[in-house]
Amino acid sequence: MSFQIKKTSKVYDVCIVGSGAGGGMAAKVLAEAGFSIALMEAGPNFDPANPEQQTQFKWPYESPRRGAGTTRAFGDFDMAYGGWDIDGEPYTTKDGTKFDWFRSRMLGGRTNHWGRISLRFGPLDFKRKDHDGKGDNWPIGYEDVKPYYDKVDKLIGVFGTKENLPNEPNGFFLPPPKPRLHEMYLKKHGEKMGLPVIPARLSILTKRIDNRRGACFYCSQCSRSCSIYGDFSSSSVLVKPALEYENIDLYVNAMVREVLTDESGKASGVAFVNKADMKDYEIKAKVVILAASACGSARILLNSKSSKYPNGLANSSGVVGRYLHDSTGSSRMALIPSLMDRKRYNEDGVGGMHLYVPWWQNDTKNLGFSRGYHIEFWGGMGMPSYGTGMGMEHLNGLVPGADGQMKRAGGFGAGLKNDVRRFYGATVGMSGRGESIPQFNNYCEIDPNVVDKFGIPVLRFHYKWTDDEVKQAKHMQDTFEELLTNMGGIFLGDKPGADTDYGLEAPGRIIHEVGTTRMGDDPKTSVVNRFNQAHDVPNLFVVDGGPFVSQADKNPTWTILALAWRASDYLIDEMKKMNI
Amino acid sequence: MDRRKSLKAMFAGTVTSGFMFTSCLTDTEKSAETTTPVAGDSEEASGYGRTPEEAARDKDLMSTTFFNEHEMITLAIVADIIIPADETSGSATDAKVPEFIEFIVKDMPHYQTPVRGGLRWLDYESKKRFSTEFKEASEEQRLEIIEDIAYPEEVKPELEQGARSFATIRNLVCTGFFTSEIGIKDIGYMGNVPNVWDGVPDDVLKAHGVAYDERILSESIKPEERNEVANWDNYNPEG
Repeated sequence: MSFQIKKTSKVYDVCIVGSGAGGGMAAKVLAEAGFSIALMEAGPNFDPANPEQQTQFKWPYESPRRGAGTTRAFGDFDMAYGGWDIDGEPYTTKDGTKFDWFRSRMLGGRTNHWGRISLRFGPLDFKRKDHDGKGDNWPIGYEDVKPYYDKVDKLIGVFGTKENLPNEPNGFFLPPPKPRLHEMYLKKHGEKMGLPVIPARLSILTKRIDNRRGACFYCSQCSRSCSIYGDFSSSSVLVKPALEYENIDLYVNAMVREVLTDESGKASGVAFVNKADMKDYEIKAKVVILAASACGSARILLNSKSSKYPNGLANSSGVVGRYLHDSTGSSRMALIPSLMDRKRYNEDGVGGMHLYVPWWQNDTKNLGFSRGYHIEFWGGMGMPSYGTGMGMEHLNGLVPGADGQMKRAGGFGAGLKNDVRRFYGATVGMSGRGESIPQFNNYCEIDPNVVDKFGIPVLRFHYKWTDDEVKQAKHMQDTFEELLTNMGGIFLGDKPGADTDYGLEAPGRIIHEVGTTRMGDDPKTSVVNRFNQAHDVPNLFVVDGGPFVSQADKNPTWTILALAWRASDYLIDEMKKMNI
Repeated sequence: MDRRKSLKAMFAGTVTSGFMFTSCLTDTEKSAETTTPVAGDSEEASGYGRTPEEAARDKDLMSTTFFNEHEMITLAIVADIIIPADETSGSATDAKVPEFIEFIVKDMPHYQTPVRGGLRWLDYESKKRFSTEFKEASEEQRLEIIEDIAYPEEVKPELEQGARSFATIRNLVCTGFFTSEIGIKDIGYMGNVPNVWDGVPDDVLKAHGVAYDERILSESIKPEERNEVANWDNYNPEG
């Protein structure tokens, strides 16, 4: 059941704030268990099969800007309503530091456009401090989460291969798709360098897992959210089935302002703004679960101030908002002359890479930096979009023409037109995605001076990379250079050097931000316990990326899903025991 | 998208496509002059999954006109010099590239001055050389000017500004053409349809000196099995 908003005197068992990976999983597990649930989403309802909203299978020329990113950061067809900048919802930074905060305001949130890269954390990833002395260990280990990773694999579906790599655990994998041509190049030359070039692990159904969702039909458009639900998005795969239960109400366009508490200090519900009428409302609930994204949940907690909780809710430790960390990222691309003048065929494949390189140097000491990265690939004969054919003057002077003679860069006319054809599908790129070391001094806090259009105080960020991340980016660039050189590549653009921190992206750009409500056994240094339950407020949980102690070089979604399921099972158990 | 694709991939527009790496996808530069509202010309913008706010913005942009008639005629001539018809496909104007540029300069106002100024530069250069506007010059005269500004590495210093704005126009013309229906057919993109991927064709693999090994062949999805429901009964994740 879904409706816009009405004031209610009903007391729900559980109020879940946010419908992305964590909130969707909690909603599904708890709805099945029979609890009455209010699911709050700050954006509109969304279904990729709704023709009004669908972008899958649209051609670039159906957009007057040919899919450019003027209004959506990743282009017109990308399925995220929002971006790093949202009208009327600002955030600020301090001390000259930078953090870019990506938000998607819609049912399912960012899971509608994400890369579907679904990597389990390995045993080392939970205990990195034991190996390099930096940051902190998680209070739990791989064995605690493994049963839930297994359940998530089977419920949602992920393709991959059993590689028996110690820190890249096997799972319940669907068969992977065969590699594309440029990926075969990467495999051939990567393996010569000793890189493990293995099938990607993406939550895309190469094979059906139930009778509800269709098998992938290889349009490569997972970022547009799949109309047959052949990939994972929280709205399609978790929320939609959950809403079939009578005991769950979905509130859309409901921007949560704060968690309310009663005299005893326990959570009693949430206050929110209904975007439709811009008025304030309250929902009462016996349990509140925050899943509003790492920074979104931290913001709600910090804004939930009272005389009992002057520093915000669940924040007696003072670490809400602290230890914010994103993945590192750095990229390089090259023209591969032997991929020019390619024979044409449909090379769309799944939405994303078919092969990747997991971190391969866990056993190497003295790299000069502590934590690893994995490598993602891009290239191939994809659908043209805004940008295709631009910058020819940087390409067509690099290699001989069809007649064997070098050409003058630039030009016009039939020759230029033919050059665009010749270079199509001939560029290959790669990006590193690495683990950063969480820092107490990288944080978000409430800006004392700024509110958003709803009157809600906004976040202010302070974030600096350390030497570890910069040196890791340098290592990425050296690896990319060697691999692309071995492939016969002609680099496009100079190698990023020390002046740009080796191409290290600003924090927030990789959109893997986690850590703001971290998990721990000690209430003085952590916000939630091993089961995502707030130390200070037993009927308050956080099930997004906030509880991550460290985020590995892995994309966080699969771990958010596993931990949200685990926390929901724990909550069910505690409710049964009347502990909550 | 996958932020997992790097920003540069984003710049290229889609997950895997593209080879643009100099321009920006978004309108980050400060906007130039304001557009002059003109009645009419308000093609309804919808049908590609817009939010109400996005649809309203499109409609608003389409209700204004930026280029005047003289500029549109000149732009069409330049566009067809950059992308003429050939034995494979039609020209830039066949693909309605000038109309695309009219929209994109309103969508991304940082283009307005370079493109308008670039057209003016052509007119002035043509008047200096041939005492006539670019659009009135002969084909030979037009090509003489374009030849002098089309190769950025060997442009005479006094023509550099002309070359720079020509490069901007060339970018817009190329991308406008190769993202049109005609251009996509021309470049040979064969996707955006439901299909069953079963790897790179054998002759292509052979021509590039690579081959799927036994492991890839045995572990990859078999097309005929894709509609079976996965069964984990005999699956051993440790094995």
